[in-house]
Amino acid sequence: MKMKNMKNLACFGLLALAPVTAMAAGDAGIELEPMEVRLQDTRSLQNGAKIFVNYCLSCHSANFMRYERMAKDLDIPEELVLQEMIFSDSKIGDPMTSVMPPEKAAEWFGGVAPPDLSLVGRLRGADWLYNYLKGFYVDETTFSGWNNVVFDNVAMPHVLAHWQGRQRAVFGDDEHGNPVFEHFKQETEGSMSPEEFDHAMQDLTNFLIYMGEPARLVRVKYGMWVMLFLFVFGALAYLMKREYWRDVDVSH
Amino acid sequence: MSFNEWLNKRFPMDRLVREHLTGYFAPKNFNFWYYFGSLALLVLVLQIVTGVLLAMNYKPDAELAFASVEYIMRDVWGGWFVRYMHSTGASFFFIVIYLHMFRGLLYGSYRNPRELIWIFGMIIYVSMMATAFFGYLLPWGQMSYWGAQVIVNLFETLPIVGPVLSEWIRGDYVISDITLNRFYAFHYLIPFIIVGLVVLHIVALHETGSNNPDGVEIKKGPKGNRWSKDAPADGIPFHPYYTVKDTLGMVVFLIFFFGVVFFLPEMGGYFIEPPNFEPANPLKTPEHIAPVWYFTPYYAILRAVPSFAGTQVWGVLAMGAAIVVFFLLPWLDRSPVKSVRYRGFSTKAFLGIFAVTFLVLGWLGTKPPSAEYTAMAQFLTVVYFLYFFLMPCYSGTGDNVGKSGLALFVISVLLAAGSLYLCWAETPDLGTGMKWLYTILSVLILFYFGLRPGWIKADEVKPVPERVTG
Repeated sequence: MKMKNMKNLACFGLLALAPVTAMAAGDAGIELEPMEVRLQDTRSLQNGAKIFVNYCLSCHSANFMRYERMAKDLDIPEELVLQEMIFSDSKIGDPMTSVMPPEKAAEWFGGVAPPDLSLVGRLRGADWLYNYLKGFYVDETTFSGWNNVVFDNVAMPHVLAHWQGRQRAVFGDDEHGNPVFEHFKQETEGSMSPEEFDHAMQDLTNFLIYMGEPARLVRVKYGMWVMLFLFVFGALAYLMKREYWRDVDVSH
Repeated sequence: MSFNEWLNKRFPMDRLVREHLTGYFAPKNFNFWYYFGSLALLVLVLQIVTGVLLAMNYKPDAELAFASVEYIMRDVWGGWFVRYMHSTGASFFFIVIYLHMFRGLLYGSYRNPRELIWIFGMIIYVSMMATAFFGYLLPWGQMSYWGAQVIVNLFETLPIVGPVLSEWIRGDYVISDITLNRFYAFHYLIPFIIVGLVVLHIVALHETGSNNPDGVEIKKGPKGNRWSKDAPADGIPFHPYYTVKDTLGMVVFLIFFFGVVFFLPEMGGYFIEPPNFEPANPLKTPEHIAPVWYFTPYYAILRAVPSFAGTQVWGVLAMGAAIVVFFLLPWLDRSPVKSVRYRGFSTKAFLGIFAVTFLVLGWLGTKPPSAEYTAMAQFLTVVYFLYFFLMPCYSGTGDNVGKSGLALFVISVLLAAGSLYLCWAETPDLGTGMKWLYTILSVLILFYFGLRPGWIKADEVKPVPERVTG
């Protein structure tokens, strides 16, 4: 009983600190493992979308993203989206809202409501997201029991721990005696191998990048045609200029 | 009676076309630098057209603004294209205008009789800065909000009126929905004022005639060419010769422009800053607030000047002065020649130093402050002002410095002394080597450009030819 009170007290203290730490977080200064974004890989985007609606969308929202747009862009039949990807009473043209009420969510996660993820790909970038998704470690001192190497004292628990397994972070000291992340130590095995988990997180990150800017799927394609047009137009404009300027005696 | 006759009896269509296009004789020796005037006009038109289209879907409401921009990016047909053209256009407008202004510095385009063209141009530049500042708040992201906060707070430092003035600008105690509404109104209004100023800029230009890379007044040269016996011999009709040439320039420009629009719309965070993808939050200050790149040279100057006598107003004044000083150029330059081609060595050298200074200050303005960066910004701020203040000394013939030139030399010495005092007495974290470097460079600049020792032969101007050269 006494132990439990102590724990509650600690939780309360962390709860009070949570908004402050959430503000300071963002760049923990660790070196990020780069991830290649492959938006032309539709299967990867589909898998990312599957993980997103199953695991992220329960707490987070993506209020600027419509199911219909996702279905069209990722080549997923609308019936399949309605049957397998929408777990609320949302219609196909609706945005991806979360079923969790935001005021309750803040309470449940120690003061911080899970942010909307529509634009997280553009705010954080692929490398950060990829490393964040893989960077959860067990930390008994936090509210949720989890911490993250790229987002110190993050309020979010490790939702995909059953895939990755539980890992601990090993820290060394820098020249000023501040802790520096060195490597992870696997505590329990997950249902996925490390390679499988890496691939899953790459797919999820890929999807988050797509969701940040759905137009990105087409803008590069259109851009090629515009460039082609401009180069042809440029050649004609050059020939026309040269023809007219025959009249002009440039030397005098 | 043909339609043409009917029209021209009522409106001087033919006369306007003749005076400003087919019968406007421009020097035939325009080079690369002369593309940027017509390109600036192109970007202005693009900004107005894309801006009107965006306004049809944007909501100037603190609750809805951020979501309405994403609505444009996702649900409006072609919305992302129009929005990227507008955001890229803002940055390209400043790139084009900075190159256009640099052309003026290179060839003395601001000199007698073109002072008014330069003044109108400077008013356009300041209006553009205002438009860009108001427009940057509209997406209502974190950088929008906190950038506006920082800039409006600058007015707060002014003595006596400051707090009232900044509150009057915001219409509230903090940046709020009210501020967003009025910034939207101004962002929509000023571009049309710019159109009017551009008309004045061009009317004044067509009155004096265009300058050229040789700085030769073609109107004073021989007359007669294949198009007209009264027109300047070195002039060619603007239409069709410069219209076809500028068309080529526009296509090349659009290759770069659409290259960014389609392939790099964020331009590595310089054209669209990533923190702006998070909605404005008055309770959460971003770790590092940096203005968009085109304001960073002035931002670096603002931060370089320390607060003293209990107020921070000095940095604000320095930043204002850094812009205002451009207006004075026509009267600071005392050289007998216009173009850099025939100028003395010191004018060329200082123009090069000034260009580098402007770029490095711009880079420093994007960086979080540190002892090294602040000291460098302080030194370069002084170099920036010395370029203008020492101009009567280094550009002139030596006997036309005048009392105003002498006064500016004294101010220059005081500025340099002030910055060296800061460097030695107030910056303990800076290495002695850097302190000596700034000291020696400051003294060298003052001695060389301010006093222009008589034994330097390279400083004599070269003879300007009678006619333009190819």
